[in-house]
Amino acid sequence: MVVTSLLGIIFAAPNLLSREQADHLPSWLQPVSLGLDLQGGSYLLLEVDTGYVVREQLTSLVESVRTLLRKEKIKYSDLGAKGDQVSLRIIEAADREKAREMLRKLDPDAGLEARDDGAMVLKYSEEAVRRRKLSAVEQSLEIVRRRIDELGTREPSIQRQGEDRVVVQLPGVKDPDRIKSLLGKTAKLTFHLLDDTTSAEEASKGRVPPGSMLLPSAEREHGMPEGYVVRKRVDVGGDMLVDSKATYSDGRPVVSFRFNAAGAKKFGDTTRESSGKFLAIVLDDKVISAPRINEPILGGSGIISGNFTVAQAQDLSLLLRAGALPAPLQVLEERTVGPDLGADSIRAGTVASLLGLALVIVLMIAIYGTLGLLADLSLMLNLVLLLASLSFLGATLTLPGIAGIVLTMGMAVDANVLIYERMREEQRNGRTVMSAMQAGYDRAFATIFDAHVTTLVAGGLLFQFGTGPVRGFAVTLSLGLLASLFTAVLVNRMLVFSWVRWRRLKTLPLS
Amino acid sequence: MRLIERLLPHGTTYDFIRYRLVAFGITAFLIVGSLVSISVKGFNFGIDFAGGILIEAQATGASADLHAMRTSLGELHLGEVSLQEFGNTGRDVMIRVQRQDGAEKAQMEALAKVKETLGSGYTYRRVEIVGPKVGGELVRDGVMAVALSLLAIAVYVWFRFEWQFGVGALVSTFHDVITTFGLFSITGLEFNLTTVAAVLTIAGYSVNDTVVEYDRVRENLRKYKSMSLYDLLNLAVNETLARTILTVSTVFVTVLALLFFGGEVLRGFSIAMLWGLIIGTYSSIYVAMPMLVYFNLRTGKERAEDEQAEAEASQAP
Repeated sequence: MVVTSLLGIIFAAPNLLSREQADHLPSWLQPVSLGLDLQGGSYLLLEVDTGYVVREQLTSLVESVRTLLRKEKIKYSDLGAKGDQVSLRIIEAADREKAREMLRKLDPDAGLEARDDGAMVLKYSEEAVRRRKLSAVEQSLEIVRRRIDELGTREPSIQRQGEDRVVVQLPGVKDPDRIKSLLGKTAKLTFHLLDDTTSAEEASKGRVPPGSMLLPSAEREHGMPEGYVVRKRVDVGGDMLVDSKATYSDGRPVVSFRFNAAGAKKFGDTTRESSGKFLAIVLDDKVISAPRINEPILGGSGIISGNFTVAQAQDLSLLLRAGALPAPLQVLEERTVGPDLGADSIRAGTVASLLGLALVIVLMIAIYGTLGLLADLSLMLNLVLLLASLSFLGATLTLPGIAGIVLTMGMAVDANVLIYERMREEQRNGRTVMSAMQAGYDRAFATIFDAHVTTLVAGGLLFQFGTGPVRGFAVTLSLGLLASLFTAVLVNRMLVFSWVRWRRLKTLPLS
Repeated sequence: MRLIERLLPHGTTYDFIRYRLVAFGITAFLIVGSLVSISVKGFNFGIDFAGGILIEAQATGASADLHAMRTSLGELHLGEVSLQEFGNTGRDVMIRVQRQDGAEKAQMEALAKVKETLGSGYTYRRVEIVGPKVGGELVRDGVMAVALSLLAIAVYVWFRFEWQFGVGALVSTFHDVITTFGLFSITGLEFNLTTVAAVLTIAGYSVNDTVVEYDRVRENLRKYKSMSLYDLLNLAVNETLARTILTVSTVFVTVLALLFFGGEVLRGFSIAMLWGLIIGTYSSIYVAMPMLVYFNLRTGKERAEDEQAEAEASQAP
């Protein structure tokens, strides 16, 4: 019992120190961490659009099928992605057997169904889709972490929640707008050759050649055309980038980039083979610019020039450095608390708890005298233990959490009231001091236990189904109740017995 | 003479159970009234459940110009926008914007518009946006938490006592939960996540109270074999009366401290707790206890247990 109390005091002690002092302590001995509602900061709940990943996968499967069949000179029709599958028809009956063989080997995850009339359907297995989604979420988590790290925020916390959600907590961030806009871009950079067989005007009327697509310009002003027709084939992708910086060229902000060895070779090959043609730089399906390839670029580095402002160039280079998200992210929920409101809440919470504590202490002493004082002592140990376990478990204290502490005080004292009232009754029934005390603790314990368990049940469910601050409430309420089973019953019992022995009391001062 | 003697009655013989029909009437009235209000008027859902935007803005100047804000924000056509001044400096304004039609993106765009309109004259102390998806999930989780805790509490009481007690605890806790919902519906207090926390705490507290009294009933059932159930229940309430008064007072003062000093965020929570404290105490005495009159508590099983206990007691030296 003494050991527990001492441990409690040790673990609770750092909470008295200032932030700077606490930083010198070892990591296992730290003050309780404050929730975003108390220290100020921003909470973002993001969702990874996993449906996008699946659609993307189907689109690229269509392209693979097209490339394969063309190469093998197999005639086909009606090739396209519909719902969750890719369908096509092989025209010549003679080709069907060969096509089936090749398509079956194309992607081991995609199952093939072939009908007698030459219609074929490729479909990913549920397991493969699930795996794909999972890895997209994992990857998103990593990219989000990198992007936020690049911004240099203090102690950001980025966690996965559920199947496809990411929780980002940014202490001290007052305005998350920039972060939101950075996270809102997938930042998929690709280089495509322009399709010079047609024009954007033709394509916008719906006549896009197969294997090409019409993409809008990133910006309409500055004399850029509405859109470009580009080859669907990606010549080089942003995944091969190793570095990117915001810099200046001819006095205008631009973004420089550097490929890894493989990327540099591919880029070199493309620029050599297609000299004189136009290469579109595409970011998130929008064309930033489409410069003419004047000479082969063999060094593996280049420059993206658009009509950037300095901030835009910096953001773009940051995004390229951190890498592309596999799927778009959506902000489902945002909660931001300014640091001064947090400070106000801490003040309000402290005042409310201290006042509540003072009132309970006075009330107990007024009614029970010395016994009340002993109950107050156990209550204070309860609070110390509560603070200690919060610090030790690394739990987060929120404003509703403070409400939970205040409420715990009321309920912890109830245990002592139950015991004292029971002792009073037993004494009135003619028991001696020791036996009345014994009976008081023993008989009241069953009641206290039941009462605590029922509240703990509510607390547990609140923890299970609550989010954010409400969870903090469940944590402090539950820990406080557990602590009170120890302090209000065991510790208080020891105090009261010692006191009665010391004063050699013949009756308890209860009536 | 000590204060304790004057404040805390002992040996009282109030006939609580006698007024059970009146109490049942009041209980029924409260429950029906709450249900009617909930179904007719509904709740003033906060953005946690309804979705939408909540902004706590503070004017950097001397005071917030609510009229100008109302006009300029009204021109954005964001649907219902409510402005509410609070605090005592005249600088703090709570802005609530209803959930925008369309997906999550629409909420973010609406926030950007509001910020742009208010300009640099305000700092944002708190910004919360809840999209439709999350709002729906929070409603589901809230309902689950309340329903499951009611059930779990009833099962626990059933397990520790007899099934009759479980039913009593379930009904009285249900009563507390429904009337607390009723309070929120009738007064139009904002119903949000902390309200759910308050309701669950009330359920826990009320059952706590009920368990203390049931515990005494169980004890008395063993102690006084020939006493009528009616007298026995009255005795249990009277015996625990001092404890009830004292505990209610201590929790009451702590909640008062929260209400007056806990700040804006905890206000709804504190009001709910205060109500729950009163209604929970009432329901333990006037709903949970009188219900037991109608159950035959002295079952065969109980008797057999008693006889066994007696036999053991007589064998002991």
